Amino acid sequence: MSIEVRGLNKAFGAFKAVDEVSFKVETGELLALLGPSGSGKSTLLRIIAGLETPDSGEVILTGTESSTVSARDRNVGFVFQHYALFKHMTVRENIAFGLKVRKVPAAETKERVEELLGLVQMAGYGNRFPSQLSGGQRQRVAVARALAPRPQVLLLDEPFGALDAKVKAELRDWIRHLHDDAKITTVFVTHDQEEAMEVAKKIIILDKGRVEQEGDPRAVFDRPATQFVADFVGETNCIETVAVDDGLAVWGSLRFSVGKVPKGVGLRIYFRPHDVYVTRHKESLQVSAVIEREFFKGAFTELDLDLGEGKHVTAHLPRGLSEASGFAPGEKVYVGIIGFHIFETGKI
Amino acid sequence: MAKGAPTEGSPLQTGSRNDFSRREPAWARRLLIGFSLVFLGLFLVLPLLLVFAGALRDGILPYWAAVTDSETKHAIQLTLGVAAASVTLNTIFGLAAAWLLTKFDFRGKQLLNTLIDLPLTVSPVIAGLIFVLLFGLQGWFGAWLRDHGISILFAWPAIVLSTAFVTFPFVARELVPLMDELGRDEEQAAMVLGASGWQIFWHVTLPNIQWGLLYGVIICNARAMGEFGAVSVVSGHIRGLTNTLPLQVELLYNDYQFSAAFAVASLLTLLAFVTLVLKHWSHHRQATVLREASQNPESS
Repeated sequence: MSIEVRGLNKAFGAFKAVDEVSFKVETGELLALLGPSGSGKSTLLRIIAGLETPDSGEVILTGTESSTVSARDRNVGFVFQHYALFKHMTVRENIAFGLKVRKVPAAETKERVEELLGLVQMAGYGNRFPSQLSGGQRQRVAVARALAPRPQVLLLDEPFGALDAKVKAELRDWIRHLHDDAKITTVFVTHDQEEAMEVAKKIIILDKGRVEQEGDPRAVFDRPATQFVADFVGETNCIETVAVDDGLAVWGSLRFSVGKVPKGVGLRIYFRPHDVYVTRHKESLQVSAVIEREFFKGAFTELDLDLGEGKHVTAHLPRGLSEASGFAPGEKVYVGIIGFHIFETGKI
Repeated sequence: MAKGAPTEGSPLQTGSRNDFSRREPAWARRLLIGFSLVFLGLFLVLPLLLVFAGALRDGILPYWAAVTDSETKHAIQLTLGVAAASVTLNTIFGLAAAWLLTKFDFRGKQLLNTLIDLPLTVSPVIAGLIFVLLFGLQGWFGAWLRDHGISILFAWPAIVLSTAFVTFPFVARELVPLMDELGRDEEQAAMVLGASGWQIFWHVTLPNIQWGLLYGVIICNARAMGEFGAVSVVSGHIRGLTNTLPLQVELLYNDYQFSAAFAVASLLTLLAFVTLVLKHWSHHRQATVLREASQNPESS
């Protein structure tokens, strides 16, 4: 029940949707394909399901080369972005459809449908029509319908896209638990990096049809492999500067030790707002700044800091710390950068 | 999903409609409504009433005699048969064409889409002539058909063919925009679940388009039964043999049998009323299906 894709390519006219993509999803894994719109993530998912034909490359499902196998015979569960429930069928008929068309005996079908209604917490809703359900309920019915024929893999296209924030959070939890219980190899597509990190055990980040990075959520967040990943995953400050000396870059009054980068090389430096360290009293290597604005963000406080010379950075302070320190706009503070990532942009 | 009919009674809509009607002075509204009613009365209702008045001018018995006349009966049978055949052909074709145009992408799709409308732009008389040129004795297949004893022209096959040609676009034209709007998601969901092409068609596509299909079939049928021009060219006007209802009306009229002509015409007029009612009903049902389809998932 593993999925492997090798050297997949797919173009729509001049637009390259999928560009030499290869990766492997082990049995029982929960993988997120993360990327902005137009990154080819949905196309990739549809190629795995057999709904699109790749221009070249292989899709290997459970060790079997499946590129030429029709979507009908691949035995994958697919949950569509807008659910695509059969609107003239009841919830029960929707879930039973995949069994009915495979000529599963009626008694067995009935049993499986009831089991799934329970699994997706829709036990009392079997006779309703999709139009009588809320978005979250439709989503769960779509998952139950996909799971009914016991697919080898479960594929979900933007499963939380069309839902409001609270339902989204509940469903994320639910999908993760479902995966823990059912142990089915699952791939889902999302443009929301928080969603990917919260739900998936492994993330593949795509941009312009190419794989930018592959890894567990922590690795992707802490060790971005490319500028795109640094920028796309999590909030970040991005500054452009030049190494003024071997191993040293300066941006305004901030100094960055940049390892072995030789003098004169252009750099892009990324650092997370929570890696900006703000104090009232100067400690070593800190520079002075003025708090321009303060935003309450619930669990943390966001500060816009003016470093002088037209340089600005954003800092996030945990709520406890910000409340204890009582920083206010206009106040003079000291700022240091704890962690950052450097990407060379070439000799200037 | 987002496109489609707006939900009923959205505040913006009713608000603007009310504003508009309030801004119009009462006399302007009355004038417009009055003008429309007079126009409709003069050009639609009055002629229709005259058909029945003419038909019943000599009383109910002559009317009954006219519609049960053996030639008329034959014309009714022929018309029903021709309509059944051409509507069946066009329903199958319309479904296939709409399925092809909306569920697949291929080269030449636009061309096919345009070609479907061709019969609407060709005069029915020309359509009839095409078949004369094809199957007439001087035509391409005429000699071969005669040698093999097959009669197409001046017989029912040519009437069916020319009627089918003229009514060709109606089912497809109704289904293409409808199926476009419904999208491919449900069909793809069914396919991934293991359904075959036929299973997808019967269990997923057809239930979604059934009312639109019925609408198309009704229009197609009305047009098929009423077709005059094309049929007139190919039928040969053989009394009691190749005369359809519209041809029978013309024939009776030219024979100065006015009340009989009107009596037969009244049958076609009744058909029009039935068509209107069925059309409205099926349109309403399909609109309901579409509205449910476009309902926002978050809204409920």
